[in-house]
Order: sequence, then C-alpha cells, then structure tokens
Amino acid sequence: MDLRKIVDNLKPTFSKGGKLSFLASTFDAFETFLFVPNTTTAHGAHIRDCNDMKRTMIVVVLALVPAFLFGCYNTGLQVNLTGWTAFFYGLVRILPMLATSYIVGLAIEFAFAQSRGHEVNEGFLVSGFIIPLIMPISTPLWMVALGTAFAVVFGKEVFGGTGMNVFNPAILARAFVFFAYTPQMSGETVWFSTWKMMGAQDAVTGATALEQLSSNGAMQWSALDAFLGFIPGSFGETSTLCILIGGAILLIAGIASWKTMLSVFVGGIAMAYFLGDVCGMFSYPAYYHLLVGGFAFGAVFMATDPVTSAQTSTGKYIVGFMTGALAIFIRLCNPAYPEGMMLSILFMNALAPLVDYFVVQANINRRLARAKK
Amino acid sequence: MSKIIKLSKGLDIRLEGEAQKSITDVALASQYAVSPLDFENLVPKMLVKVGDKVKAGSSLFFDKNCPAIVFPSPVSGTVSAVNRGEKRRILSVVIDADQDQQYESFDMVDPKVASRDDIVCLLLKSGLWTLLVQRPYGVLAQPADMPKAIFVSAFDTAPLAPCYNFIMESEKEALQKGFQVLSRLTSGKVHLGYNAKCEAPSFEGVELHAFQGKHPAGNVGVQIHHICPISKGEKVWTMNYQDVAILGRFFLTGKVDLHRTIALAGSSVKNPSYYRIISGIKTDAVLSGQLKEDHVRVISGDVLTGRKLQYSDFIGLKANMLTVIPEGDTYEFMGWAMPRFKKFSVSRAYFSWLCPKKKYTLDTNLNGGVRPFVVTGLYEKYLPMDIYPMHLLKAIIAEDIDKMESLGIYEVIEEDIALCEFVDPSKIEMQQILRNGINALIKEGE
Repeated sequence: MDLRKIVDNLKPTFSKGGKLSFLASTFDAFETFLFVPNTTTAHGAHIRDCNDMKRTMIVVVLALVPAFLFGCYNTGLQVNLTGWTAFFYGLVRILPMLATSYIVGLAIEFAFAQSRGHEVNEGFLVSGFIIPLIMPISTPLWMVALGTAFAVVFGKEVFGGTGMNVFNPAILARAFVFFAYTPQMSGETVWFSTWKMMGAQDAVTGATALEQLSSNGAMQWSALDAFLGFIPGSFGETSTLCILIGGAILLIAGIASWKTMLSVFVGGIAMAYFLGDVCGMFSYPAYYHLLVGGFAFGAVFMATDPVTSAQTSTGKYIVGFMTGALAIFIRLCNPAYPEGMMLSILFMNALAPLVDYFVVQANINRRLARAKK
Repeated sequence: MSKIIKLSKGLDIRLEGEAQKSITDVALASQYAVSPLDFENLVPKMLVKVGDKVKAGSSLFFDKNCPAIVFPSPVSGTVSAVNRGEKRRILSVVIDADQDQQYESFDMVDPKVASRDDIVCLLLKSGLWTLLVQRPYGVLAQPADMPKAIFVSAFDTAPLAPCYNFIMESEKEALQKGFQVLSRLTSGKVHLGYNAKCEAPSFEGVELHAFQGKHPAGNVGVQIHHICPISKGEKVWTMNYQDVAILGRFFLTGKVDLHRTIALAGSSVKNPSYYRIISGIKTDAVLSGQLKEDHVRVISGDVLTGRKLQYSDFIGLKANMLTVIPEGDTYEFMGWAMPRFKKFSVSRAYFSWLCPKKKYTLDTNLNGGVRPFVVTGLYEKYLPMDIYPMHLLKAIIAEDIDKMESLGIYEVIEEDIALCEFVDPSKIEMQQILRNGINALIKEGE
C-alpha cells in the first residue's frame, strides 16, 4: 500500500474545484503531517535549513513529556497510590483533559484556517499540551473546553493567529478558568483527584505547598520533595527537576531563549531574597519560591514563548527579569491568592511590546545620531 | 596594517562540490546573451534589432530611467533574438558570436590626468558603467551622483563561492588600473575589504580593511556597515572585485573584454572547477558532460542569492559562479519527525550541529510550509549589522516607509539578509519582501 498514492488520489477532491474544497486547509494539515511537501524554493535562497515550524513545535512537546509523565505518577501518589498504579491512575485522569483541550483547540484552529484559506499552524500542538498541565487535576472538562475555546478565539485568532497573539494562549486559558469560576477553582479540594478507582483514597493533605507557605510560613514537605515534585499542585507544574530536564531540551535545541529563562529565575530569586531576607516578609529560605507552585513551569515553558515574550535580545533580559520578580511580588503581596506566576506572565506579555519598543527605538536613535555626525 | 574587524555573527554553509583550483579556458561559444534581469530597477529599451551586427562593447539596450546608461555586447556577432516574457518584458538579448572577434573602439583617456567627466563619459559609452552598483538599493549607479565613497570586497564568503585570490592572481595590473579609475569617480576614498586570513592586497589609492568572520563577512554591504554605514540621503557605490579587473583591462587595452573566471560548483557537478569564459555565455558550453544527474537547478550566482536558469540559458553578465544542485521537488514521509542526518540545520533540533565539519548535499526543497514570524532572536544571529531584521521586514510588510528608513533599509540589500531567509523555520521569502520594500522607497523618492 503506497500512502503517497492514496494522498495523491484524494488531493483533487480537496483542491480548488473539488467537491470538498472547503476542507482544503484540513486536508493540507494532514497531508503535510504525513509528508513534507514537494514545494521548492521559488525566490531568494535556493536552499533552506531543514528546520520548520512542525519540528520546532514538536521539540517543545517533547520537552514537556518529562513533566507530563511525572504528573501522571504524582497525581496517583497524591491519592495514596504507588508505583505503576499511581502512574496509570494519573494517566487515565489526565487523558480526557488532554483530549478535550486538543479537540476543542484544534477544531477552532482548523475552522479559522479554513475560513481564511490559510495552512493550519502548529502552534496549538504546544498550547494544547500545556493547558491540561497547568490546570488543577479536578478541573471539570467543560471548564477545560471553555477555557481553551476562549484562549484560542480571543487570545489568538482575533489577533490573526499564531505569531500575532499578544498573550500566551495556554496561560490565558488558565486565567479564564480561574477568574470565571473562582469558587470552583480555589480551595483545597481542587488539587486532588476525586475519582475513586484503582484503589484511590481521599488525599490526606489539604493545601498545596505554596498555600502552606503563604498561610503558615512553612510547608510540610522538604525542599528536596518540592524539587522532585512529590507535592500537590497543577498536573505538570510540581516537579522542578522534570521541568528543568525539559528546559535543558529546549535550550540545547536552541528553541527557547536562555536569556529569558535565566532572567526569570534571577528575577524571582532576587525578589524573593529582597522581600524575605531584606524586608523580612517571610522566614523560610528564598529559594523555596523557585521550587513550589508554577514558577519553574512558567519560567521554562511559558515566559519563553517567542511570540508573546520580548522579541529583542535586550528585551528578553528585561522582560524575563521582571516576569520572575513580579511573580514573587504578587505571591507575597497579594493576600487573596498565593500564586503569582500566571498574572505575572500575562502582565509581562502585555508589557513586552513596550519594552521592545524602547529597545528598537534605541537602535533607531543610534542610526539617527550617526546620520547627524 | 589596519585593525581587523571581527564579525562573530554569520554562518558558513558547508556544501559538497567546491571548485577545485584549476582553470579551463572555454572556447568561444556559439551564443552569448545579456539579460536585463540581472539589474534591479532597470527598464530596458532596445538599441539594436534582430539581424544587426554588433562588436564586443557595442551598446545593446539602454535604461529608460537614465538613457545614458547602455549595456555592452560581450562579443561581436549578430543579434539573433530578443527573448521576451510576460508583458513583453525583455528577458535576454542573444548574440550569435563571430569566429573572429572584433572590438568596438573608443577614444581612450588616461585616468590619471583626464577629468572626471571624461572618465564617466567613457565608462557610459563603453557600457562598463553598468558594473557600478549604487547603495542604498543595490541598483545601477547614476552618472549625475557623486558617491561618498566606493567599496569593493576582495573576497566572497557565500557557499561554494570562487576564491578571488586564486582567480585574480594574474590580474594584478588590471586591478590596479581599475582602482585608479574608481578613485577618480568619488570625492571620498576607495575602500577595499579583504579576508584577514589572507595576505593583504597591495594597491595604490585604496584604503584596506581586514575582515574576519563567517559569511556574510565578505558581503560588501556588511563591510560598508562596519566601515562607514549609509545614512538617509547618502550614496556610495560598490563594484565586484573581478569587475574592477574588467574595468582596469578596458583602460589598459582600450577593449571591452568581458573575459572572467567563474567557478562551476555544486553537488550535481562531476568535476567542479574554474572556467575562463566571456560573460553571458550560454551555459551548456560550460555544463555539457559535467552534470551528475538530470533533475537539477542551475543557478547563475551562489545558492543563496543567485538567479535560477534553465540548462541551456545564459549566465548572468556579472555572475562569478555557476552553481548546480539537485531539485528537491519530492515528498518526504514524516520528514519533520525524522532524524535527517543528511540534511543541514542551524537548529539543534536536528543533528548537523554534532558534525560541524561535514559537507552537505542540499536540494531546493523548502523543507516545510510558509508560516508567520514565530521564532525570535534567530535572525539577528545571521546578520552582522546593528539592525533588527524581523522588525525591518515587518515594517516593509506593513508598508510603513518611515519605519523602514529608521530601521535601516538603506544599509541592506537581498544578499545581506539571505542567511536569515535560509535559517528561517517560517520559510518567509525575506529577499523578495526586502526588494518590495526597496522598490516602494524608490517609488516614493520619484
């Protein structure tokens, strides 16, 4: 069976003038998934680098896998399961959320691509994977669906699609769910799975590490546990170790900017040190803040989003540092909610173009000054 | 000895099929042609018609924008065809060469003592004026202008590019004469950028600048940016190194002798090496028996910026190389998920970074679909200038003339951002976009 022949036979039906030509973008998405197109260079450089958007996005997905796998295990662990049972419990628990986010998001993406006559962008492969990873595990599926739909339509497509968006779609989905359904999305039960299967029991502990730090000034886990990820929290955010493995993949592949990533951590630790050791707002070690909550996940996978973060090198340092610093500032100075990473990233997404504006303006001014000489 | 200008940004794409250092003299071919397509912003108007007899150096057509600029016939013979494309646009003017070559005669002047006007006049008449390129825009130099300076690069860093030190070894005298002529055309200096790894050339009347770095360190535009960048309203001229020798040869011999040495290179060539030709030669005279395969792309120029030719087309009037690489119009199953050991990428999402010495056989496949700008910070690494290429390109797409000016469009032409286009995972046609922007600026200025 020659797959290429099958595709070639189907192609006329979906091409201009064919019966299903209104599905051209969808067909193209599947065709280019199976086969790199035979398009050759028409203008400009006759040869091209073999990297494309598909590969770029798939590497990011790959980098998320360690955090995803650990999330499966930890979800089971938090309801007192162990070993493979814990892992499969978590896997079964997350798959519906993952499916929901992909089905809803991709359906909207395909529909928009179709109506615009564009090719389908690969960006949502990453967003769709991140969305369930940053949701509390007991988020109802309809909320995941609604959050995803809101993020894709109002976060991305209204701006023109991938590459044009102001806000990171995944963090927008999380923010939408958080603000639209605050009662359901806060409190102590939301972080644990309530599905009684495979022998799962009710969670013993009530609050996340961050909530404990915020209210008691201490947490019941050791820093090592927090680093390895054996703590409650959103599905993929708990293991700093697995997130750093993902971060290493992104940095080695050269896909995420080390400038942003490093700056976020530096900004975070600097602010935590300032508020803790200098201002005395808390007495536990400042570095705890990098280990708990969504800080590491945000720093590695979301603050580094090339589209919504700063687009200039200098801007990346500034926006990265401010993202980290602001996240800790919100954590410690906002009495209502212990986490600050989500709001910090959103805020800096909005501010990044302004930072870029000044960096680019500096370049323009250099050029003007030179002309006057 | 001037200080070395070191450029850390850039990329040397290592390709199979580098020209071996031997030069073959190509006998006079049956046909030659001049193509207006090699010149930007040129509106050709014919001066000859099919059947006319011409000599080497006779004018074939002129530029409607500046009628004094005429284009020379590379050989003597009979005009046999004026090939036209869409909207009767002239694609090439073909000359059937005579066995016995005759040269147009000119009233020569001594560049040392003659007035600048006389030199300009002679260059215009001989058609060799067309070797001068104006920056900004990369268009034909205008005779009415006085350039701030003239820039020449003595080396080419593009993939598989000819080694000028090798091919110009016997042209020292002509080069010196050429530089003498150039120095009379500007109120400023003649700047010569050379490869810091090689011996500094010694010519009178030029200011030397040593450059060290990967491609595009040899691009004259990059060198200008580091020696004396172009601001709005300023004009400088550039000339290719080999063209300087052709210019000098004209003043030494009084003949428009368009002999040049080109590199025949690329992975589809059996014996890549150098050929001594007359510019505009029909490519089959060079290519016959030299191709490894049939389904190839012949490029007049290098793989990043050259012009696509047919097998029996004519090489560009100013081309210094002919590259032949395989066409890539094939499908690749799940290519984006494959290891692709035989393909090259600057991204470490593939593995070519593990073997930096390896040479690659790259085809013309786009390797993906066209997407909007997503990746940031990548393009800057391949443009050794203080310019934000993505912001500039976005300004062009938005047709914002003021922004294009302030972001440095005067300092770049296609060849300077060709590497950005090569590495772009979004497969955006940056060179085309830049040219559109430049054309918009030229139109605005009219």
